[in-house]
Amino acid sequence: MLMKTTPFHPRLNELNQTGLYGHWAGHLSALRYDLSSKHEYFAVRNSAGFFDTSPLYKYRITGPDSERLLAGMMTRDVRRCRPGQAMYTVWCNDDGYVLEDGVVFRHADDDWLLTAADPNLGYLESLKGRLRVEIEDVSPDYGMLAVQGPRSREILAGLAPEVEGLAFFGLIDAKIGGAPVTLSRTGYTGDLGFEVRVEADDAMGVLDKIIQAGEGHGLRPFGEDALMMLRIEAGLSLINVEFSSARYAFTDAERFTPKELGFGWMLGKGGSQLGEDRPFVGRRAIERELRDGTSRWATVGLWVDWQEYAKLHIDRGLLVPKDENPVGWESMLYGGPDRDERVGYATSLMYSPVLQRHIAIARVRPGHAARSSTGLGSTVHLEVTVDHEYLSVPATTDRLPLYSPARKTSSTPRELAPISSRMENR
Amino acid sequence: MTDANSYDAIVVGGGHNGLINACYLAQGGLNVLVLERRPFVGGAAITEELHPGFSFTTFSYALSLLRPEIIHELNLVEHGFLPLLLPTAFSPMENGDYLLSTEDEQFNDQEIGRHSKRDVDGYHRWSHDVNRVIQLAKPLFDSAPPDIFSDDPDDRADVAWMMKQLGGADRKTMHDLIRFVTGSASDLLDDYFESDIVKASIASSSIIGTKVGPMSQGSGLVLLYHLMGEQDGHHGVWGFHKGGNGGFTQVLQRAAQGFGVTVKLESPVDHVVTKDGRASGVALADGTEYAAPIVVSALDPRRTFTELVSPLELPSDLNDAIARYRFQGTSAKVNFALDDLPVFPALKGRTDHFGGFVNIGPSIEYLERAYDDAKYGWYSSKPFIDGAIQSVVDPDMAPPGKHVMSCFIQYAPYELKGSDWETERQPFADTVQAVLESHFPGFGDLVLHREVVTPVDIEQVAGLTEGNIFHGEFLAPQMYFMRPAPGYARYNTPIDGYYQCGSGTHPGGCVSGGPGKLAAMRILGDRAKKG
Repeated sequence: MLMKTTPFHPRLNELNQTGLYGHWAGHLSALRYDLSSKHEYFAVRNSAGFFDTSPLYKYRITGPDSERLLAGMMTRDVRRCRPGQAMYTVWCNDDGYVLEDGVVFRHADDDWLLTAADPNLGYLESLKGRLRVEIEDVSPDYGMLAVQGPRSREILAGLAPEVEGLAFFGLIDAKIGGAPVTLSRTGYTGDLGFEVRVEADDAMGVLDKIIQAGEGHGLRPFGEDALMMLRIEAGLSLINVEFSSARYAFTDAERFTPKELGFGWMLGKGGSQLGEDRPFVGRRAIERELRDGTSRWATVGLWVDWQEYAKLHIDRGLLVPKDENPVGWESMLYGGPDRDERVGYATSLMYSPVLQRHIAIARVRPGHAARSSTGLGSTVHLEVTVDHEYLSVPATTDRLPLYSPARKTSSTPRELAPISSRMENR
Repeated sequence: MTDANSYDAIVVGGGHNGLINACYLAQGGLNVLVLERRPFVGGAAITEELHPGFSFTTFSYALSLLRPEIIHELNLVEHGFLPLLLPTAFSPMENGDYLLSTEDEQFNDQEIGRHSKRDVDGYHRWSHDVNRVIQLAKPLFDSAPPDIFSDDPDDRADVAWMMKQLGGADRKTMHDLIRFVTGSASDLLDDYFESDIVKASIASSSIIGTKVGPMSQGSGLVLLYHLMGEQDGHHGVWGFHKGGNGGFTQVLQRAAQGFGVTVKLESPVDHVVTKDGRASGVALADGTEYAAPIVVSALDPRRTFTELVSPLELPSDLNDAIARYRFQGTSAKVNFALDDLPVFPALKGRTDHFGGFVNIGPSIEYLERAYDDAKYGWYSSKPFIDGAIQSVVDPDMAPPGKHVMSCFIQYAPYELKGSDWETERQPFADTVQAVLESHFPGFGDLVLHREVVTPVDIEQVAGLTEGNIFHGEFLAPQMYFMRPAPGYARYNTPIDGYYQCGSGTHPGGCVSGGPGKLAAMRILGDRAKKG
């Protein structure tokens, strides 16, 4: 086979009941393991699941000037990311358009690891100049396994008690079965969850330990299909779906600023979070955008009107489709008195089993964005195709994420299921 | 009586319909009190820890027919509503083979094809034809039945609406609907299938909660009713609520309290207080009185019309109809705490067939013979078992690695000929366990705890007359505008201000919430008319 496999592949391939794989960064990546991706999805929302995220590009950045390099490249002020922490950030071009997003993991003052969806070594090298920094592509050296869901903490704690104290976006070095691992409270599901990074040679042993620890906890592998549902509910934008890299765009219509992508929180009000004395690529353009209010778009969540959506189908003699697999194309949004004014488009539209509604991640003209004080925003009209006809259904804009359980960031133990009567209460 | 004991409406019974009714009434601006006899809400939809660490859905165990609009209208998601998908359904056979159905249609085609090549497209035609019938019946299912006996222009308009709904049907779909409503499941399935296991895996839904066999005329109606369910847009699909159906009723309680409903537990109502032919409140068993111009009974028709009020206050045609109304519970449960998952020899080392229902009833004949026993007053020597190892998809139900298995059993007639349920409790459970043992050798060694729920338990603990899980059987003469009685099917009663919202009203039983909601619409509508 020409396509590469990840360090976890031999075991994961055994677990795969479907034989379905996609290609991700040159590797096989399971679309689903079970015959039902929704079953995998529910494992993450109600018990626990694990996802092989090894195909991500990984760069180790070390040396006395490593902070200077990253602080000069990243849009977020990574100087605030202390050793033992991770930080999600985007990076931009000179015009303040987003090139990509990724996570920096800071192991020590001068020891970082950057994960990215696209290859970036050439770009990183180009920024190096005379800085005392080593940049190494360590992508094949590690396996990365995301263990996500309400039971993820207790499953991992059985192997590495260190996870108990790990705060949201914290990281810590630990051992699982004697193999050194890095544990971080990160993930792409919007749930309580962790990622385990392990040297490639140790990957299978660590995976087997985790599977073993998950026995009886409903832990199961999940693939890209389930991940897609989870990340849309969690309001997490995906490169090449919500946006594409400004580097490879032909026109500015294909490019987006951090604020337009819903990353205004990275910048702070008026750029207050950007940090003092920190020139970085795109800073001046971003500050200009914030100052002049020139953002063309806002990224929001959408709640589709369930009654109108049902009516569109019932009136035409159809059953009402509720498909958790996202629509694979952009759906236009209309506004104005005659609903003929283009006000944006949904980039990811799905039926959310946990929210029991059709929801979307969408880009709208700023006037239609969610109001920050009340949360709920304005009504737009989402284009849907019914019986080969373009129709529209009302939807309300809201702030992202639409689903954010308290357990995602909290440190309290798992909530007990709500049952009628427990023995201790009798 | 103090003002503190006065409400706009009192709901008697905190089961799912009582709570849903209370939610809608409170949403409509009423100050509502729910009175529940037991120390927790839920009625027959409860989850109890009966063995340390093991949560049992003592009675009702699946979320099947909950009307999706109720989830939205009552904002249940905000209160923790979480229905879990059942990824598989598993039907073991007596020869050691099985039928496994999954979420993957192409897998299912191959699996059905192992049993019969022609049943593969038979299944596709079946699914399509069933969906057409559901589409036709759904508006009637989801709306209050019309009063066909009335000359009132509003009622005539309702009848016209009903005829208009049905008038749009093509000949085949209308014919299918009539065949479902009046015919046998066995006859219907014979049109599409030849394989015993394929037929039986569907036919098991045609007998649940009703004293019919799959060959009985009328079993088609029971089957259709169970296919009216919907989960996430998929018809006929069942799921588990997180924490079981008791988890669901806890969510309803939170929602009710969120709408300002007062829920009083351990408050058994003795009777409805009436004055000059209208309801004025209720009296508890301990003599406490609560006043309200609206009293809603979520109890079954017999309790609603013979216990909460006196038959002396009611017209004789209603009294006669309630006396005729058939309960004759025929279901029981045996719930197990298990040390590990059972082993099915043909799938040794695998567990993915336990993601949903384990349906033991391998042929129409098996089911019918199980019914034969009940017909003559005894429980089935080889009963139908609708099993579900809920802890597989919801590990919160049992300690890690351990499991709870809910087993719904038919037939177990309420009245036994020549014995009683207290005597037969353990022998009956042994009979059930022997069937499980025959399919899953070593099952008995896994049993840590066994909870037997007889029809008499269902009556005494959950309060359902004669242990009928639906507040009365699903038979054509007691459905739609005749449920619970002709002329009394629109949630009101002959006593002004006294209403009914239990499963003994349209559309009927299962955790649908339909009766609770439709009754609330009626009550709020009457109130608006009075101004």
